[in-house]
Amino acid sequence: MADLVGLGPITLIYGAFVLVPIVGLLVLSFFNWNGLGTPTWAGLANWRELVNDPTAGAALEVTLKVVVLSWLIQTPIAMALGLFVAGRGRWRTVYAAIYVLPLLLSTAGISLMWSALLNPDLGGVAYLYHTWHLGILNQNWLGSLTLALPVLIVINSWQWIPFHTLLYQMGRRNIPGVLYEAAAIDGASGWQTFWHVTLPQLRYTIVTSSVLIVTGSLTYFDIFYILTDGGPGNETRVLSLWMYQQAFQYQSFGYAAALGTVLAITAILAAGLILRFTGFASLRSQQAGIA
Amino acid sequence: MSSTAVRSPLGRRGDAPPMDLPRWDDRRSIRSRARRRLRGSGTFVLATVWLLVVLIPLYYMLLATLRNQGTYLTANPWVPTGHLSLGSYNSVFAAGLGRYLINSAIVTVVTLILLLVFCLGAAFRVMRRATPASRNYMKLVVIGLAVPIQAIIVPVYLVVIKLGLYDSVTEAGVILVLCATAVPLSVLITVSFIRDIPAELYDAMSVDGGNEWTLFRNLVWPLSRPVLATLAIYDGLNCWNNFLVPLVLTTSPNHALLPLGITKFQTQYAYNVPVIMAAVWISMLPLLVLFIGMRRQVIRSLGGIALR
Repeated sequence: MADLVGLGPITLIYGAFVLVPIVGLLVLSFFNWNGLGTPTWAGLANWRELVNDPTAGAALEVTLKVVVLSWLIQTPIAMALGLFVAGRGRWRTVYAAIYVLPLLLSTAGISLMWSALLNPDLGGVAYLYHTWHLGILNQNWLGSLTLALPVLIVINSWQWIPFHTLLYQMGRRNIPGVLYEAAAIDGASGWQTFWHVTLPQLRYTIVTSSVLIVTGSLTYFDIFYILTDGGPGNETRVLSLWMYQQAFQYQSFGYAAALGTVLAITAILAAGLILRFTGFASLRSQQAGIA
Repeated sequence: MSSTAVRSPLGRRGDAPPMDLPRWDDRRSIRSRARRRLRGSGTFVLATVWLLVVLIPLYYMLLATLRNQGTYLTANPWVPTGHLSLGSYNSVFAAGLGRYLINSAIVTVVTLILLLVFCLGAAFRVMRRATPASRNYMKLVVIGLAVPIQAIIVPVYLVVIKLGLYDSVTEAGVILVLCATAVPLSVLITVSFIRDIPAELYDAMSVDGGNEWTLFRNLVWPLSRPVLATLAIYDGLNCWNNFLVPLVLTTSPNHALLPLGITKFQTQYAYNVPVIMAAVWISMLPLLVLFIGMRRQVIRSLGGIALR
């Protein structure tokens, strides 16, 4: 009885909308379906198409660029900011509170805000160009082959750095102060303390934050859909966007399912690799040697 | 130094020191504090730069909402000079933003209620001792944690169609999917939080003759309340700001939630930037009010979620 009350409804909903779709994803990738009629068996056709589809290859490449660049941008900035706000003082809490603000905005809202700001004719940045005649500000930020992807990654970082700042702030606050006492007694310099105390003690936080950045940036969708829809060319067409377009614009649901399977497997592999590579499982004793 | 003071920050998992306790580095020598201040100036500059990076776009957006289509094009968009008005807010409500606000509010509240009831149910099961079945159950839940919703959105759409919940007036499809995708993390966090509570408490209460209901009311409910509050903030934020699920599962403009709705404004009012910015600003406003009201709890909740 308690089982039924406790776990019944959740099983139903979680099963129907998560577990069934996970299995369905793999199954659907072996069918042709246009979204209306009855799905027909396709064998390996969708998977063969996946291998031969140059756009899918490009999408995978763009996605990996997004993952790597997002990690490289977000991790150091979030760590520095997190360590900063973990300190004391009233103004640091004010800083911390303001840092959180981007987290309150939806990705859609952030996209619209930046698109107004970066509009090459009427945007705020273009206004500064006309005022200061700074050529570097005169760019077609979201329409240029070279700039579109980096700009989108930076906007995404603007959105997510606050979250990872919070993680590092919490991580720093959980480091026992005795370690810093000991380092100070040993006469360690600021950098030495950072390298030998803060950084090793933060490895749990670094792993958590990295897994979240990598799995998150693999599946960024909203901003690409809203701001560039994959263009110019294929420069910003990430895997999740190509999957969405295959399903809901070209009605090729079977092929979209194959793309989705690749996305799911990549996400699981990436998280698993980071966890294994960093020896996350053996981190239980991260504070060994202190107590 | 006393051993208790040293041990407390090193306690078990889930026993992290409250943020406000004075920490050991409070007692550093004056010399090292001075050195620290010097070292901190670099990070202080970076921190202030980032403060501006956060605030400048938000300021730009806010100022743009106070213009109209004409003055936005002619006035300096960085300085609040000339004629400012709230006209864009009127326009945005006249264009139907209220509908999206109501939709978002209903979906968020209903999703949260369902989700928190689920989490309570799971917490209850864990309090009543884990059986092998319930342990396998948790493994199933973890699977959902590894697979991102974006990857399975196509079959989710299929299931919703088959159940006749596509674009439903009651938003049932959107609510159930948002709820289901939030289940893994939420249940895992509730369960790991409740599991840290010693079994003796439960035993003691059983010995005292407590039945299921008194156990629930006097033990599970009070113990899970803080973790449920944490989840409400985290999952509520995700619901309110979700774009993909309503995009795929609804089609009538009347059934859109805020993020999708404001992008519809973008298509409709391509050149009326003040109206679009007002829509974005209003969509954030309820969250901003909540955030200002409970800043500490929000920061702890968002940061704490991932560290569990």
